[in-house]
Amino acid sequence: MRGFATLLRREIALAWSSGGGPLMALAFNACAVTLLPLAAGASLDKLKLLAPGFSWVALALASLLSLERLFERDYEDGALDLLALGPLPLELVAAAKCLAQWLCTGLPLALFAPIAVTALGADPRLIPLTFLCSAIGGLGFAFVGGIGAAVSLGARAGGVLIAVIVLPLFTPLAIFGGGAIMGLAEGLDWTSGLLFLSAYSLVWVALGPFAMAWACRNALS
Amino acid sequence: MITVLANPQRFLAFSRVAAPTLGAIAVLLAVAGLWTGFSVPDDYQQGATVRLMFIHVPADFTGMLAYACLAGSAFFGLVFRHSLADAAAKAVAPLGAGFTFLGLVTGAFWGRPMWGAWWVWDARLTSFLILFLLYVGYMALQAAIDDETKAARASGILALVGAVNLPIIHYSVVWWNSLHQGETIFAAGGSKAAPVYLWPLGLMAFAYLFCFGALWMARIRGEIWRRRAGALAVQGAR
Repeated sequence: MRGFATLLRREIALAWSSGGGPLMALAFNACAVTLLPLAAGASLDKLKLLAPGFSWVALALASLLSLERLFERDYEDGALDLLALGPLPLELVAAAKCLAQWLCTGLPLALFAPIAVTALGADPRLIPLTFLCSAIGGLGFAFVGGIGAAVSLGARAGGVLIAVIVLPLFTPLAIFGGGAIMGLAEGLDWTSGLLFLSAYSLVWVALGPFAMAWACRNALS
Repeated sequence: MITVLANPQRFLAFSRVAAPTLGAIAVLLAVAGLWTGFSVPDDYQQGATVRLMFIHVPADFTGMLAYACLAGSAFFGLVFRHSLADAAAKAVAPLGAGFTFLGLVTGAFWGRPMWGAWWVWDARLTSFLILFLLYVGYMALQAAIDDETKAARASGILALVGAVNLPIIHYSVVWWNSLHQGETIFAAGGSKAAPVYLWPLGLMAFAYLFCFGALWMARIRGEIWRRRAGALAVQGAR
């Protein structure tokens, strides 16, 4: 447990140190959210309909940003080799990295999501559910994205490749998360969307580290 | 049978006869299927466009079967570390993507007269499009890693992770309110499609199946020869 905590602290420190990582993701999210009214017209009545859905798209894309550096940085300077040989199982190493990714990128984005959704004209009563869905969805984005990052270690095309691999796996998060918020906005059932979102995220919290460790061992061999 | 064919030499000898044979059977079945397909009467609702079912439904089913074969090959490659399984997985991906694309396109051609829309974002169509994107991601990842074995393993993990999509596609018409046709052929209580349509559909389904088998074996053969040629080239360069 101490090893896990130490690694977690290291990952969080690294995320904050290199150019203010979470702040970059927040800035990206803000820019993406700004693009929608600029592109689709500023009428709040129209934007209100799209607000939950588009804020999820922005959340998914912002989560993609820091995925490339999740394992790549340690892979390139040899730290991943040491971590693989160390006392902590590689599965827990992967889980620590993804958890740090969620704490440093996912949760800040989840805190920003209600602001984004309200700025796009949505009803303020959506705010609690938006935060909850974005936080749980962020967990899913971190762990599923981690699988994509681990699997493309050593690949040439980098960032866009990870996006192509990972976005199809993000779709259930978008469907259920966005669906839950849209459901509440339209007065329909929102609980099932939230439950399926949580289920999907937790499945990948449980299974993702095994896939990531497998992929890391493959890349290191 | 799988363990017998796992030896590349034996696989090459087997597929040398089997691939053309399966292909010939596929052609015969396709001719029979299309012949009966064009001679069945028009549907009372859909008219003549019902015949697209004989091309669209088998293409969709083969696309999904190909992904199951991809996941299976990937599993064998990862667990048993067998290079023929890796070759089989690499060979099936473009095939599966092709059948899936064919299914998407023929579905659009069928949807336009039937639903009035080329495309709708309902559960079945969306999950099927995601299947196509999973194939694309698999092929992209394999192309992006230089070391062949590492590429096969990494994309194998990706294929297994994406296999969760297959039951979602299949049950999407049950779990969600879908515009797409629901369970018809294997519905509880007997098929809901008219029996006269089941014959051409069955013939075409087997035709696609045999075609897929023949093409897959041919592609695995190509992959084996390509690897051998590569090994010889490396040897010759010394």
